[in-house]
Amino acid sequence: MSQLPMAGAPANVNLVGLAKNDYRGNPTTLCQGCGHNSISNQIISAMYEMNVLPENVLKFSGIGCSSKSPTYFMNRSFGFNSLHGRMPSIATGGLFGDHTLKGIAVSGDGDTASIGMGQFKHIMRRNVNMVYIIENNGVYGLTKGQFSATAERGLQLKKQGTNPYMPVDICMEAVVTNATFVARSFAGNPKQVKELLKAAMAHHGIAVLDIISPCVTFNNNETAYHSYAWGKDHEEPLHEITYIAPRNEIMLEEEMKEGEIREVAMHDGSIIILKNLEKDYNPTDRFEALRVLEESERNNWLATGLIYISTDKPVLSETYQLVDTPLNRLAEADLRPAPDMIDKVNALMF
Amino acid sequence: MDKVVNDFSIIVGTKNGSGSSTANNTILRAIFKMGIPVSGKNLFPSNIQGLPTWYTIRANKDGFLARREENEIVIAINPDSFTRDLASVAPGGAFYYADDIKQPITRADIAIYPMPVKQIVRSDQSIPNDFRDLVGNMVYVGILAQMVGIELDKIQAALNFHFKGKQKPIDMNLNMVKAGAEWAKANLEKKDPFYLEPMNKTDGLIMADGNTAAAIGSIFGGAQFVAWYPITPASSLAEAMIDYLPMLRKREDNKHTYAVVQAEDELAAIGMTVGAGWSGLRAMTSTSGPGLSLMTEFAGLAYYSEVPIVIWDVQRIGPSTGLPTRTSQADLTFVNSMGHGDTQSLILLPGNVNECFEFGWKAFDIAERLQTPVFVLSDLDMGMNQWMSKPFEYPNQPMDRGKVLWEKDLEELKGNWGRYLDKDGDGIPYRTIPGNKHPMSSYFTRGTGHDEYARYTEDAATFQRNMERLKKKFETAREYLPKPVTHMTDGAEIGIIAYGSTEAAINEARVQLAKEHGMLTSFLRVRAVPFTPEVDEFVRTHDQIYVVEMNRDGQLNQLLTVAYPESATKFLSVAFGDGMPASAKWVRERILNKAESVGFVKETLMEKVASNNGAAEKGAK
Repeated sequence: MSQLPMAGAPANVNLVGLAKNDYRGNPTTLCQGCGHNSISNQIISAMYEMNVLPENVLKFSGIGCSSKSPTYFMNRSFGFNSLHGRMPSIATGGLFGDHTLKGIAVSGDGDTASIGMGQFKHIMRRNVNMVYIIENNGVYGLTKGQFSATAERGLQLKKQGTNPYMPVDICMEAVVTNATFVARSFAGNPKQVKELLKAAMAHHGIAVLDIISPCVTFNNNETAYHSYAWGKDHEEPLHEITYIAPRNEIMLEEEMKEGEIREVAMHDGSIIILKNLEKDYNPTDRFEALRVLEESERNNWLATGLIYISTDKPVLSETYQLVDTPLNRLAEADLRPAPDMIDKVNALMF
Repeated sequence: MDKVVNDFSIIVGTKNGSGSSTANNTILRAIFKMGIPVSGKNLFPSNIQGLPTWYTIRANKDGFLARREENEIVIAINPDSFTRDLASVAPGGAFYYADDIKQPITRADIAIYPMPVKQIVRSDQSIPNDFRDLVGNMVYVGILAQMVGIELDKIQAALNFHFKGKQKPIDMNLNMVKAGAEWAKANLEKKDPFYLEPMNKTDGLIMADGNTAAAIGSIFGGAQFVAWYPITPASSLAEAMIDYLPMLRKREDNKHTYAVVQAEDELAAIGMTVGAGWSGLRAMTSTSGPGLSLMTEFAGLAYYSEVPIVIWDVQRIGPSTGLPTRTSQADLTFVNSMGHGDTQSLILLPGNVNECFEFGWKAFDIAERLQTPVFVLSDLDMGMNQWMSKPFEYPNQPMDRGKVLWEKDLEELKGNWGRYLDKDGDGIPYRTIPGNKHPMSSYFTRGTGHDEYARYTEDAATFQRNMERLKKKFETAREYLPKPVTHMTDGAEIGIIAYGSTEAAINEARVQLAKEHGMLTSFLRVRAVPFTPEVDEFVRTHDQIYVVEMNRDGQLNQLLTVAYPESATKFLSVAFGDGMPASAKWVRERILNKAESVGFVKETLMEKVASNNGAAEKGAK
């Protein structure tokens, strides 16, 4: 059993007494070089560094390459690999069981932006307390290379020809649907992925993380938007991001950066620090967020970083004013009305 | 003219959205208060305002409360349905109509009573203009009360209940009833034989609709999570939960032990329900046919990943959108194997309002014990109409939360367990619940192939082994499912099998079949699928079995034929679906038609008794 750090604990153990290995999952069965594996690794690192107890996390996914990845990290967390495009509803119900748990969901661009667009939008409206990662590669890998809804118009794939449709911008969809945390990153930039994951974990509410994650097998033509080469060339970070743990935890050994910085206080007392690269970007302004997304699309940029955050909205379990004890720990006495209530009910039946 | 007392039907034709339901419910409740067995059925269109709608009330001293196809008293308030309503009065019956409808009266074989509804409403200056149409419905209540003998104090009691003791609306409505009654007393001469007289046959009984009963039963079952999407005729089930949860689960800290979520569609409604069931909550959803179709993929996932949930299907008539406001029993075969691959469902079949309550709480015990979706098939007639019923009874057994391992259990097992391991040999594995802090508690739930430890596998033998275990679990299920209700008749070789809300019509038809045609029948009402051993016994001991149900294709008959292939030729399908609740007449006539086709000779009971006696005498000689 894991819980508290012990005096004289080995140096490779974090504050909850766990080694990094305790955060690992099964060996990946995805292709070598797949961006998704890099993301799994960053999840492992972020959770370890944030001293998260794996038992306090619920993993969710839908169907597709991306949705397989929750088996590749945090074996000690409960997980539910559900149905194509339906992960948000499973997660919404699943997190009602114990409101003290945090969800980490992994989806893909097909799972979220095609078949799952409806549920994706509605989980944001409800502000479920969950990190929602979209491993976005613009292509259906598991069925061997069809266009997804995030594929850019004009993309050419081997068997499919040319994509005739406009793409869905996941971050834009998230912002307009009142998601309370929206960020974009690139699997080829692991440091940023990890810092955004930490910020997303610290966020109290739904945190949408759109990570461009190239498909090395079916969509890695260097002119394609979701390829490594294109991503490296066109990545346009809004800022450098650093996550600082709550004050009662040991601070990470990272220097506060000089220059133009913006701090965003999180619900749990942690802070994310944004060092702006080019402009005084304010991620708490929804209008600005939409402007930046529009601007990057027009300029063919891949705008990465924290695009939007709002820290004052209640999460779903708060909206429902649930009892302090997790619902799934309630006993019969809490759930079944007392015997005398049956007479009261019968008196109303007329 | 002989009086006909406490044995006739009333139908009121109004316009949808005109506020007549208060008036109709008042009549129903007042008759119930007089101690006379009574039922009410709303025959309504899929419309918010304007289309014709009818409400039928049947009073019957013997307690037969199924729909009747004849109405002795017809009240016509809607000009659009006037001609039809007039034509529908049973010969010798009575026709009341609002006299502002200027249409020809074409019947001479019935009593005709014009009612100056508008004039009487206008005469009460205290009623605000915008209330006149609404309160105007009370005029026909008063006139009818005077003419058939509904007691005014019972009407007052009904209004008092309806308006929850609020004096102003009670007075306004009651004054209108009185004005109607006084006018009738002074101006109408009774020309028909239909009367109501007090009895004591409703003592200790309640009146409720099945959806409310199901909701309250679910609350007594400890329901914690409800996700739903509005659909007729199921909406009022979830809405009743919203109504009653705050009262029945009130806590001093005013916090909630439950959540009711209106989802964006039925896909999400069942998805959330599966998520909540997986994380250890007593989780349910309610829907009807079109919603059920959408829920199919999640039903398959819940079956295969073994997540307990409860799904109420308040059946309406399909296919497709069908008739959204008409009843049916046509979802049975669909639900039975709801999902692709080898999917099986546990189905509970309540037959009345009281069982809607009972199965409300029982469904959770069964779902959690067997770790699988439990479907409860009600229907529009049972769910949305008012039925007389025994009072709800407090659950007679503690909650069964099934095989769940918490931290201390895992410590005892030293973490050695497998999610899909058949440890007890009954096909039911053990499960852990998210939030369990034991480091060996977690497992990965999936709709993909899995082994005993919930690990992904494509191994053929492992896959097949798991499917066989699931099958074994469904064998185990039979001992946990509600047993059928049987009504045995001495000497009956003919059996009837049915399920659900047709019971009232079937029991009435059985009396008629025996009396008028010498056909003695025993009756078994199935209450669950798969069938329990009592059904085996009934099938074995009857030579001819009529399977009565409200659908076109004889779906229960199909399931019986598959379950009892060696008895397949015994089953005679009596299936009919037009959206209307079953009546004794349709049950009787269809059974007789079927019987003749297989050589049954109609004779009266007296003839039968005589011929039996003759045979006995011959035997004696």
